[in-house]
Amino acid sequence: MEYRMQLTSQQRAVLDGAEGEVKAKVMRTLVEFGEIFGAEKMVPVTHAEGHLVTSFGIGLLKPLFRTMDEMIAAGLKAEGGFTVDPRPLDYDNVRCNALLKLVFNKFMYSAQQRYEKQLEAMGLRNEDAFSCTCYLKETGNIPQKGDVLSWAESSAVVYANSVLGARCNRNSGMLDLFGSVVGCVPYFGLLTDEGRKAKWKVYVRTTAKPEAQVLGSAIGMKVMEDVPYVYGLDKWLGSEIDDGTEAYLKDFGAATASNGAVGLYHIDNLTPEAKELGEKLIREDAATYIVDDEELERVYKSYPNMWKQGARAKLAFIGCPHLTYGQLVGWTEDILATLRRSGRKKVRVRTVLCASPAVVKKFRHDNAPQYAEIYACGVRLTSICPLMYTNNPLTKSTPIATNSNKLRTYSAARYYKDAEILKIISGEA
Amino acid sequence: MKTFKGRVIARGSFEGEAVVSHGGVNTLATFQKSAMANKSAVIASDQNNPDLFGKNITGKALCLPITIGSTTGGLVIQTVCAMKINPACFLFSEHIDSLAASGIVLARVWENSDVIAVDCLGSEFLDSVSSGDRIRVDEDGTVTIL
Repeated sequence: MEYRMQLTSQQRAVLDGAEGEVKAKVMRTLVEFGEIFGAEKMVPVTHAEGHLVTSFGIGLLKPLFRTMDEMIAAGLKAEGGFTVDPRPLDYDNVRCNALLKLVFNKFMYSAQQRYEKQLEAMGLRNEDAFSCTCYLKETGNIPQKGDVLSWAESSAVVYANSVLGARCNRNSGMLDLFGSVVGCVPYFGLLTDEGRKAKWKVYVRTTAKPEAQVLGSAIGMKVMEDVPYVYGLDKWLGSEIDDGTEAYLKDFGAATASNGAVGLYHIDNLTPEAKELGEKLIREDAATYIVDDEELERVYKSYPNMWKQGARAKLAFIGCPHLTYGQLVGWTEDILATLRRSGRKKVRVRTVLCASPAVVKKFRHDNAPQYAEIYACGVRLTSICPLMYTNNPLTKSTPIATNSNKLRTYSAARYYKDAEILKIISGEA
Repeated sequence: MKTFKGRVIARGSFEGEAVVSHGGVNTLATFQKSAMANKSAVIASDQNNPDLFGKNITGKALCLPITIGSTTGGLVIQTVCAMKINPACFLFSEHIDSLAASGIVLARVWENSDVIAVDCLGSEFLDSVSSGDRIRVDEDGTVTIL
């Protein structure tokens, strides 16, 4: 088959089967995918460690398991290794009744063990590599500015592009691994200078620091898959990226990516490309969107409530995407302080805090007394993905509260701002 | 009779019934239930998509703007193509999105699927076609509402 794309001799040889039929199919998939988007060449992946979105062995996806087996049998591997999204289940910390477990084990994630073995064979870093926040220092899969990636997971891709200045398209599951196997990806979209230019100028004119998840949601719903250049946020975040800013931008970006399809944003005077290039990153025909207190309130009130009328929260998930270490410490302190103030010994709502295995380990090691205290109050720490829990249709009857706009979007969970959810957890609301 | 010209993503010809979604199609939510139950046809199971919910879409021309939702979307398209319970063709009014494009390519390369895909048919296409219409797709990406 003839392709328009200009391939190097090495890439052409792989495509023609010089390194085996299976690797040729991997390359063919990437080339044909790239041609749909007008890619004229394949470029090397310069940050070798991948990140995969498909972390769950959902029995339905039989071709996934077959393709993995084909690659393993052919001796293929992601030479730079990879991290992967969170595991779906943790019965020790996210309690499930027998019926829920039956559906999870027999119908939904029936192939989990088989799939994890396949991941190991293909280059999974280690058993602690399961997190959507692979780019935080505790997990440490951190690209440099300008690096080309073969990652998927919308919240990780938008963070890597925007906060780290790396270059990655919003890839699908499987193609993320394919790029790591052949070491190159099609050059289009967010990999190009032109594709990284903003089609929207967003002006934040709020009277207080906006809730990251609501601001991200508002911008995502407005710009959809386009790149926004955001003015006015440096007033609240400063002009240097520290731990607190990282956490804010993580949550903001995840909301832009899930409530819209944003793969890259620029924050004036803060994110690396905006600091370097400023308004040169904005297209001449860019549209304008103004976000003030009224607009944020309008967006917040537009979220549907999928609970039965009069229902009260029975479960709270905090940490989608996974919490940073600082956020985990902060939530622990806030929950304990609020409980003390209200004279309660236990949280009113079963509460699950989600963070990467590395962050949870560090927290349990460095904050053993607080961990014991919060555990005694009924709060649990886990490293699962709450979305994968709520994918079980039987969970829809449980009113779930969350401060994640991503979880709200993909489930029947109800979104609350941080201060509100704290009151719900502690029984003040 | 109205004719529209799109871009060929996966070549093929087809004549049959259209099923139309005016909103983005959430691939996982639409296909999951039937595929997991190993059914011989997909009854669209996304309750948030009233255009498609409850309709049989296997072997039909699925007319849509783009696909949305989980990044497993490409794998789901590959899966239903492997099970041969896929729509016969995907007719996108907009530029195909990356998840659907992944699915179509994965199905073609890894499953030898003959699924047809045409994109860039324009918003007027979706305004003109209705579920139940007879539709013809030619190899050059011409789509005719009969």
